[in-house]
This record gives sequence, C-alpha cells and structure tokens, in this order.
Amino acid sequence: MIDPLKAWLVEKYPAWIFLAVLLSTWEWVVAQEWVASYLLPSPTQIFQTTLELWPEIYAATLSTANSIAWGLGWSAVSGVTLALLFFAIPIVRRAVLPFCIFFQTVPIISIAPLLVIWFGFGQPTVRASAFIVSLFPILANTLTGLQETDAHLKGLFRLYRPSPWQLIFKLQIPSAIPYILTGIKISAGLAVIGAIVGEFIAGGGLGSLIDAARTQQRVDLVFSGVVMSSVLALLLVFIIEVASRLLLRGRPYLRKL
Amino acid sequence: MTDSPLVPAIEVQGLGKRFSDNGQAVINDLSFSVAADSSLCLLGPSGCGKTTLLRLLMGLEEPSSGVIRITPALAKQMSYVFQEPRLVPWRTCLENVLLPLELTRGKNEASRAYALDLLQRLGLDERLQHFPGELSGGMQMRVALARALVTRPGIVLLDEPFAALDERTRFRMQDLLLELKSRLQLQYVFVTHSISEAVYLGDQILLLDGEGRARDWRGIDFAERNQQLKLTPSFNAIVQSYSQLFSEMENSNTASSRSGERP
Repeated sequence: MIDPLKAWLVEKYPAWIFLAVLLSTWEWVVAQEWVASYLLPSPTQIFQTTLELWPEIYAATLSTANSIAWGLGWSAVSGVTLALLFFAIPIVRRAVLPFCIFFQTVPIISIAPLLVIWFGFGQPTVRASAFIVSLFPILANTLTGLQETDAHLKGLFRLYRPSPWQLIFKLQIPSAIPYILTGIKISAGLAVIGAIVGEFIAGGGLGSLIDAARTQQRVDLVFSGVVMSSVLALLLVFIIEVASRLLLRGRPYLRKL
Repeated sequence: MTDSPLVPAIEVQGLGKRFSDNGQAVINDLSFSVAADSSLCLLGPSGCGKTTLLRLLMGLEEPSSGVIRITPALAKQMSYVFQEPRLVPWRTCLENVLLPLELTRGKNEASRAYALDLLQRLGLDERLQHFPGELSGGMQMRVALARALVTRPGIVLLDEPFAALDERTRFRMQDLLLELKSRLQLQYVFVTHSISEAVYLGDQILLLDGEGRARDWRGIDFAERNQQLKLTPSFNAIVQSYSQLFSEMENSNTASSRSGERP
C-alpha cells in the first residue's frame, strides 16, 4: 500500500503546489482587506474556527457519515438485488424500470419535505434521502453490467449447457463487478449530497451545522462545514477503493472495465 | 484396422442449412461419413460454411434439412475449440480448464488431477495461477485446448484454432494436436482455410466450395507426420492439387457472379 501512495503523491505534486498557491493567495487577499472577512474568512481563520468548535463539528461529521454509510450501504445491497431481479425476470424490468428512471429525475430537494412528513425530523429522513439519491446509479450500472456480458463468453458457457444459476453466478455477476464498483463510486458522491440536503430540512449533522451557521452569519463555520463534507466524500471514495482492492485482491481482472 | 470400420463415427446425409426461409443456403446437400478412428479436416475458402458445419455437428445449430448421425457414445462427449482462445479473463489458467467440469458437475479429485496432468503435458504447469491476460497467444490457445480436453471427449471440433498464431507457434500447435491425438485416442474435426494445415492434420479432407457443397473428398495417408513431411514431394503434390482446385473454384465463382450480376 505504501508504494502506490508514494507514486500517487509524486504523480499529483503539481496539484499540491497549486493548492498551496491558491490558499496563500486567498490568505493574502483577505489580509489586504480587499474582501470583508465576514464575507470571505481567511483559510487560517476557518482552520482556527474548526479547531475551536471541533467537538461540535466532529459530532456533526460523524452523524452525517453515519447517514451516508447507511444510505449508501442499503442502496448498494438493494441496487444490486433489484438489478438481479430485473435481469432475471425481464417482464418485471419492463414494468418497473421506466418508473425508476422517472423517479430518478425528481430532484431530491423536492422530495425531502415529503420524507420529513413520513419519517419525521432527524436521522431516518436523512438516511432515506441519502438512500434515494444513491440507489439509481448502482441499479443502472449493475443492470448494464449484467446485460453486457461478453457474447463470446456466453457462447463458451452454452457449450456446457449451464443452469441459469450457473450462468448468473459464474458468468454474469463476475462480468458485472466492475460496473457495480463504478456505480458505487458514482453513488458515493451523490449520497453525501443526499445526506446534506436531508439535514438541511430534517436537521442534524453537517447540514444543520451549515444552516445554523448561515443564520448566525458565521461564514467561517459555514466554510468548515463545507470542508468537512468534502473531506467525507473524499474519504468515502478512498475507503471504497481500498475495500474493493482488498475484496478482489489477486483478481485484478474483476476490477477492469 | 484403419480402413472403413463397420460403424462410422459421424455420418452426414443430405445436410442443408439456411439461416432464414428465403435466405441463401450456407450448407448445400452435404453427405459424408467419418470412420471411427480417423480425423477430418474441413477445407474451403472463407465464407463457405465450414464454421456452420462445425456448429451443426456440435448441435449449436439445427439443420434445415438432412440428418447428422454421431455414435451416441461420442456424441455425449464432444467438445469445441473456438477460433480465438475465449478464456474467462478473471479466472486463472487452471480455473479456466476446470470450468467445463464445474458446469457439468464433474469436478472431483480425479478430474482435477486429470486437468493438472493435461496442463503439464501442454507445458503450462508453471502458469497454473496466471490469468489469461498474462499469457501469450500460443499459451492461451494451449489453455483452450486443455479446457476442451478436460472432459475426456471422444471428438473435438476445432474451428481454425491456430489461424491467429504466428507460424512457428502454429507448427508447434499442429504437432501438439497430433501428439494428443495418438496419446489420448482422440478424434477431431478441424476447420481450416490453410491447405497445408489440412493436409498435415487430416486423415480425411472435405473440401467445400463457395456455396457449401462438397467439392472434393479424399483420404490422406502418411506413415508418419512431422514438420519435415511438409518438405516432401508427395506432401507438396497433394497441396498443389488442392491449390488447383481452389483456383478452379475461384474462376467459376467470378464467372457465375458475373453472369448473375443484377442490373
């Protein structure tokens, strides 16, 4: 794990330099008082606020992370299950999939109030919101993966007259694995959005921290909430990458598309 | 006992195949039989229905007319080698060979040992845990051969399996096939568009013309087959006669397509 990390740091060093330039310019612009610090706090000020209010921020981050993990976890399980169901029973797919596509076009922000009515204020609504937005990409990607099994390999399997179960477990699911992983990665970013939106409306976590800081004109605190939510998203993608590598170690050809 | 045993292994009578009701026939009124201990090469220009005939023999396609009779004991154990190795990319070399056993629920200690034995004979014993993407084209084809042989088939159907390999590898694979044939009492039907490959590998050669009709049928008898054989006058005489047949077919083809030109 060390060497890829080192290689990554070396490969990405222009990005780190650019980040340093960006932050110091920002710091300098605020120090020159070209922008009012209550509109744009300096990076150091944001950092200080984060340190001062760390217990609150940490608790809020944990709560959001919990909702994201719950929402994403269940969409992974149900997305893959639904895709398998749609794949195995085409008539169900033809009946239900159009509505899934329609449902997915409804913006989460417009459903969120409905979720509050059904699940009340607090975490259940936030989890549901994260779940809803992250379900479809996993479902759609898994279904694509199952349907796009290599025709030549299918021809090979047919020689041995396999049962439908053998086809699904030995051919179609393995070929869908890279697609499932891609779907989960896309959904990870969406689950963060879903959770924060849910929290804006139902309360709790980073969403309500940001919202409360806004009403109190604490722009520095808004910024630390924003930074923490993107740290969460990055961490999530990192965890997914590491977990998929661990799960599929020794099987590099299952991770490739 | 090499000439005409009483029961032929494969017997084909009046076989025809068209893919749609009004479509042109791919296979036209073919009749031939293959003796129980001889191997057949199907030779012909590309697009003459060689692959279709092989798929018909395997039961992957239904004939439009005519019958195919295959000795029941052999019919049960046929296997097929595609033009390309067609290995499952996420399975190791060994797992690819074990796949037919898993799918036919024939995987046990004995069959696994046989798979390992085959891989060793094919010189792949150090590559068992490698993935297809890590093997050369020739090695991949050897894995595909091992996979076709692991179910202990009576007949193996091969569809231009060595066409994509470089010449030296192709020659080695040809010799390997002949060796397996004598060691495992194997019978094969081998599709190729290479005349010298057909003459080298076939006990019998069926030449198809562009319309899927039998153009020539003959037995090839060599006391011993090795790559030196390809340099002998008798071998070259046979190759020469087939070249002649090929150019005759080409000439009649262009003639007929000219006369059949649509306005």
